[in-house]
Amino acid sequence: MIAIADLGIGNLSSVRWALERLGAQVEVTSSPAALRGAQAIVLPGVGHFEAAAQRLSQGDLGATLRERAQSVPLFGICLGMQLLFERSEEGGEGLGLLPGTVRRMAPRGLPLPHTGWNSVEVEPNAGFLTASGSGEAYFVHSYAVEPAQRAHVAARTEYGERFVSAVRSGHVAGVQFHPERSGAYGRRMLASFLEEVAVCSKSSRPSTSWKGASSA
Amino acid sequence: MLRRRIIPCLDVAGDIVVKGTRFQDLQVMGDPAELAARYEEQGADEVVLLDITASAEGRAPRPEVVERVARRLGIPLTVGGGLGSLAVIGQVLGAGADKVSLNTPALQQPELITAAAQRFGSQAVVVAVDVRRVDDDWAVFARGGSEPTAWRLAPWLKKVESLGAGEILLTSIDRDGTGGGYDLEALRSAAATVGLPITASGGGAFAEQIAAALAVPGVTGALIAGILHSGRTTVADLKCELHAMGVSVRAAG
Repeated sequence: MIAIADLGIGNLSSVRWALERLGAQVEVTSSPAALRGAQAIVLPGVGHFEAAAQRLSQGDLGATLRERAQSVPLFGICLGMQLLFERSEEGGEGLGLLPGTVRRMAPRGLPLPHTGWNSVEVEPNAGFLTASGSGEAYFVHSYAVEPAQRAHVAARTEYGERFVSAVRSGHVAGVQFHPERSGAYGRRMLASFLEEVAVCSKSSRPSTSWKGASSA
Repeated sequence: MLRRRIIPCLDVAGDIVVKGTRFQDLQVMGDPAELAARYEEQGADEVVLLDITASAEGRAPRPEVVERVARRLGIPLTVGGGLGSLAVIGQVLGAGADKVSLNTPALQQPELITAAAQRFGSQAVVVAVDVRRVDDDWAVFARGGSEPTAWRLAPWLKKVESLGAGEILLTSIDRDGTGGGYDLEALRSAAATVGLPITASGGGAFAEQIAAALAVPGVTGALIAGILHSGRTTVADLKCELHAMGVSVRAAG
């Protein structure tokens, strides 16, 4: 079972349906027990960082996600990816699973939010993200992550500036765009993710082969 | 590089796609989920679902219709029509829409824009603005273009941006349904006023017209409707023509 962590904000249906269309068994949940029972956790999210950060700090949700990220794949989407980091200029503390911060973009006169389809150029050796290949994905955001470690950068995108559009460290991965709304490219990425989950779920010690994992 | 978006718009009356003139003589065009899936297959970048009878019938777009379309789609879905409260906005987003489009409700209660942006994020809040040319300016209309307001285009857009909207859908009532091309001057004026992404709407029937709208800096998308439903052209054909004209569009698949 893949758990979609429910922070109580934003629309989780599109992520659920996209995974279900690929044959995955999915549960939308905020229960620590259900999250502990999942083969993998998807952390979606739209909206304000601060509101989401508050939800994370209430109850066990944040602690459970931090704990599970040690042993099962955790995939953050959009705001969910930003929440993997330490803090945001938008206000609030993230999960701190990846060192770095989230800042408002400065796309030199281009409209914000960055809205629409844009190119994702993946880096080598970033697991399922690399396996999906470079492609075009749907973005809608005004903030971008600044990983402290270059090794955690899994993809970049150009929008008035070159920003980090995907990250990866061990089990923890994130994308700034919306694979669930990125047509065939998004389907390919989610299918690659499910394949990695299936492979890792057979292992008592999930993959640490990624370049950032040994030094993290 | 950011691609320009081609966005088919499905006008629905309840659960069927219709085409009409000024909400009159509605002709049935098909099933929204079927049409939306067909347009995605053709290479559409997003789909807009507008319930054009919801407001007049005092209801919101039907959640089961939204869900049926959203379940099939792998691209973003925007839903509009009669979204007059935070509760119904939440209902439509909960049914699988990625964004809501607010028009008359935004004019009646501008604070709804802020409330929706705070609750669901600016990226989920599109403000649709219907304008008619008046002298050297554009007047903003409510209720499907039937009711004048005191607002002019530029001040209303500034207000909407400051209230937290994430996108603007600008429709020229004068051009709508005419096939005479988008109101490029209105688009230029809007793009010079706000820093939000703008989608052009009303009058687009040929690739040349779409290309002209997308050449305005700040205009990142073009809405098309009738020409697709009638089968006169496809998204794939339009994108092919646009690409040949040097417009940066995404290939399907």
